[in-house]
Formats: sequence, C-alpha cells, structure tokens
Amino acid sequence: MTGAMFVQHALNGLTLGSLYALIAIGYTMVYGILRLINFAHSEIFMLGAYFVLWGITLLYLPWFVAIVGAILITAAIGILVDRVAYRPLRDAPRISALISAIGVSFFLQNLTIVAFGAIPREVYRPAWLENPILMGEVRVLPLTLFVPALSFLLMLGLVWIVYRTKPGLGMRAISKDIETSYIMGVPVNRIISLTFGIGSALAAASGIMWALRYPQLQPVMGSIPGFKAFIAAVFGGIGSIPGAVVGGIMLGVIEIMAVAFFPDLAGYRDAFAFILLIVILLIKPTGLMGARLEDKV
Amino acid sequence: MGAKTNAVLNILAAAVLGLFLWWAEGHLDGYMIQILNLIAVNIILALSLNLIYGFTGLFSLGHAGFMAIGAYVCSILILAPEQKEMLFILEPAYDWVQSAQAPFFVAVMAGGLTAALFGVLVGIPLLRLGDDYLGMATLGFAEIVRVLAINLPRVTNGALGFKGIPDHANLWWNFGWCLLTLFVVIRLIRSNSGNVFKAIRDDETAAKAMGIDVFRHKLLSFAIGAFFAGVGGALLGSLVATIDPKMFTFVLTFNVLMIVVTGGLGSITGSVLAGIAITVLLEWLRFVENPVYFGDWELPGIPGMRMVVFSLALIFIILFRREGFMGKREFSWGWAAGRFLKKADRHGI
Repeated sequence: MTGAMFVQHALNGLTLGSLYALIAIGYTMVYGILRLINFAHSEIFMLGAYFVLWGITLLYLPWFVAIVGAILITAAIGILVDRVAYRPLRDAPRISALISAIGVSFFLQNLTIVAFGAIPREVYRPAWLENPILMGEVRVLPLTLFVPALSFLLMLGLVWIVYRTKPGLGMRAISKDIETSYIMGVPVNRIISLTFGIGSALAAASGIMWALRYPQLQPVMGSIPGFKAFIAAVFGGIGSIPGAVVGGIMLGVIEIMAVAFFPDLAGYRDAFAFILLIVILLIKPTGLMGARLEDKV
Repeated sequence: MGAKTNAVLNILAAAVLGLFLWWAEGHLDGYMIQILNLIAVNIILALSLNLIYGFTGLFSLGHAGFMAIGAYVCSILILAPEQKEMLFILEPAYDWVQSAQAPFFVAVMAGGLTAALFGVLVGIPLLRLGDDYLGMATLGFAEIVRVLAINLPRVTNGALGFKGIPDHANLWWNFGWCLLTLFVVIRLIRSNSGNVFKAIRDDETAAKAMGIDVFRHKLLSFAIGAFFAGVGGALLGSLVATIDPKMFTFVLTFNVLMIVVTGGLGSITGSVLAGIAITVLLEWLRFVENPVYFGDWELPGIPGMRMVVFSLALIFIILFRREGFMGKREFSWGWAAGRFLKKADRHGI
C-alpha cells in the first residue's frame, strides 16, 4: 500500500467516522440524561435525509432552504418522539422505555415506507461536490473534506452550548442527578426536550451528508449506521460527548482501514462493529472516556 | 382442585386439541392450516423469549440469531443430498454439509441443541451485562450470525440461502413441539429453578445476597430459551420451505417481543393467547398490503402498513398497559372451575 493510498483511506475513514460521530452524540446525550438507548435515533437520521429529498423534489425548494428546513423538522420530530413515547415512561422500568423506543423506530421506518415506498431513491449531488481535487497523488472528492470540516464546526457549536450556556449547564446537572436538578429549579422537561432537539438536528445533518456521500436513500438506511453510531458511543464511553466524537471517528477509520488492508474481510464489514461492541462491553464497559455508572441498590 | 383432576383435565384438553387438528387437516384449506402452523411456531418462540426475559429478566434481543442457527442446522440435515448439490451453485458445500442427513425429529433436536450451545457460548461472556447493554450485545450477536450466514457459502449457500426445504413440519409436528415446549416451560417455572429465575428477575442483588448462584441460573434459562428458539427456527424453516439471511433480521425478534409483551411478561397463558391473536392479526393485515379489487377499480395495497399498525400497537401497550393483557396471571383449571361455578350459582343451578 502506497502512502498516497493510505492517506486516501484515512480521509475516507475520517469522513465516515465524523458521520458516525454526529449520530453518536445524540445517543450519548440522551443516554447521559435518561439512561435510555434511543432506538429511534437511527430513524431520525434517515428522516433528515428524506426531508431534504422531499423539499427539493416535491416542494421545489432551493437546496439550502431544504436542508435547513429538514434539520428543523427533524429536530421537532425528535422532541415529539420524546414527549409522546418516552416522557410517560420516565418512572417506569428502564426496559419499558427501550421497548417503546424500538416500537417508535419500527413505526417511523414503516411510515416512511408507506409514505414514499421502499424503493431506493437517487439523490442529486451538486457538481461542485463531484469534481475530485488532486493533492499530489491523492485524489479527493470535495465532499471528503467538506464533511469532516462541517462536522467539526457543528461539534464545536455543541461543545459551546453544553459547556458555556445555561441550558448546557442544566444538561450537565441532569446527567449527574435528575431529581436533585429538579429540586434545584432546573426546568428538567424543557432541558430534556432541548437535548432531543439538538441530538436529532445533528443526526439529521449527518443523514443529509450521508445521502450526499452515499447517494441512495432507503427507509431502512438508518439501521446500520445508527447501530454503529451507538456502538461508537459505547466505545467512546456512553454519556461522554468527547467520547462519542472520538469513538465515532475511530470506528469509521477502523472500518475503512480493516477492509483496505484485508480485502478478504470486506463481507464481514458490518460485523466488525458488533464484535467491537461485545469486546468493549466485556473488557471496559465504561468505554474510553466514560464515567463509571454503578447500579444503586 | 387436586393434582389428579388437573392432570386428567390437561390430558383431556390435549385430546381436544388433537381432535381439532385431525378435523382441521381434513376440512381446512392450505392457507388456514398454514396459519395454524404459524400459531404453533410463534407460541414456541414466545414461550422461549418469555422464559428468558419475562421470567428471568434477561433482556435479550438475540432471538433471530438462535432461530437462524436452528433453521440452518435443521435444513442441512433434512435436505436430500441431490437437492444440496443443486442448491450450492456459488461454491460446493463442504463434505460434512453435503453428507449430513437425519430424520426430521433428530434434525429439529439438533437445531435446538446447536442453538443452545451457542446460547451457552454467548451467554458466558454476555450475561454479566445488565439490562439494555445485554439487549444491545445480544442484538449484536444476532447480526453477527446473519453476517456469518452470508459469508460462509460452503455451509449456508451465502445470500441465496436454501430453497425447497422438505415440508415435514405439519400440524402434528408443530403442535407436538408446541405442547412439549409448554410442558417443559411450565415444569421449569414451577420447579425450584423457576423460583430462582423469578428471584433474579425481581432483584438480582438480593438474590445474590441470598446465596443464589445467579450466573449459573441465568445461563440455564438463557440456554433453554435458546434451545426452543432454535426449535422454533427449525420448524419455521421447514414450514416456509425457504430460508436466507435476509429472513433473520431484527424484525423477526421484534415480532416475538411483541407477542411476549402483549401477552404479559411472565405469563405463559399470555404468551399462548397473544401468540394466537397476533399471528392471526399479522396474517389478516396482509390484506392491507395487497391490492384490493372492486370490479375494474383497484385500491392499491399499502406496503409497510402492517408494521406501522403493529409498532403503534406495541407503543400503545407499553404506554397504557405495560403489564400486557395477562400481567403475570395464569390460567388454571381451578380458576376456570371457579368462574363456571360462580356463573352457575348466579343462574340458580
């Protein structure tokens, strides 16, 4: 393998990884606050991409408006899902909310099939994203640079919200102790809604960029990336935002590199992440950067 | 009500079921018989998941994986050698796959036992995990099984899977296995181990403090559940005559989970009743997905509608009736007699 190819694979891995990272942030934020694996998150990712398609093809919106609109609507759906399907179960056993989340996931997926059919859809890509740039021997699609850069900006914005604003302070307080936060006057439900909104907006952004990178939309397209992003969140340490970013990028790079170095394993590509999940859960369930969550008796 | 009366009534009920099946075989059309078969298989699957999750509290989402193992092992054993030669067009099968042969009962047993073996192998590392992590890890296991099935063409015929699997799984086999599952699960739940399972479900820490070997009992429950999931998968393979990796996705696990949750976690009666009701509903809703004709006018079918209805139903049940229809209650002859006598009393008989 030449150096140029290595750089190329590394860049591809970084692109894929930053898409995983954006989804993983949503998982990790919700888990940090509610201890809930938001199974429907992968469908939020898928809806983000579909809304852009609808905006452009059905409403003839300019692509910029379609993208912003899609992100806002997806964020609203994320909040709605929490209100309808998770909030009534706050005091129930944790698995009840998880089953509800599984139900929501199937519901959104099949509703998309009902509304738009199960046939894969092509996505139009603007030409300026298509022409490869030559950097020495490395041929790079502008998209390959654009995706990590934009993801990085979004993550910076998120870090600013979480660590420098009052609602962010609320999020951190709730993730430490939800009841005490409530007593101390944190508007818990509003903060949780905000968390779902932000997480869903990031997933939508990831879904849209995913659709540009791998231009085919299907109602089931969210399942595998969503699952892998969850694994990335566990890998990085669930509940930790930097962990989700690092986990997502590492998972993306590992996946691309493993297939690049061992082409024979290409068929097993989707199994890597699951094996990684099982190994992580067994060796270090708290992940790379996670805090230890003890079960209280 | 004495144990003897109970036994007599159980045997009577089994005999009535037998009579019904004998009648059904002669009088119902193929489609109805297929539904009856699916009911039996779904009850087996629901009971096995209920044992793992409802009675022992292990949130497992790996059912599709165990079913796939059972279905593949059983199919390999009952497919004729000539059939296998025709099927394996991607790459020839390994010799041991090509030559493996067994009668149907042994094949189903082998499917179940292989699934149980995998249950033990997977359970030893994974059952240390709690709640949702266990769910995710077992879901990961099921996906790994599926990826393996695609990538081992010399054993599983890769993405093409098997076609023309002999249809040995008739009403008698399916309901026979269904009754056997019912019998084993009920005996197990009422035994000492069953009490330990429930203790682990209700409070694992307390169970441990009482000196219970929590891990061994979890593993026992998981392995038995995996066995019957494998049996269910094996019967399903023979019933639908075609298996491929696409069949064993998370949707399959979702359907079983749906039955268990609807019926009531920790209720055998619930699993049986919900198994019947949901199988019938799932089949009935197929009409929604197929086009309907009124003379020349066509009402197009709506693909995906079935799962929309079912996922909504699951959400509603979990939101408004979390304990399912039966809760943890069970049917018993004593209860039925009580109801009947009370009614008779009221009518002055």
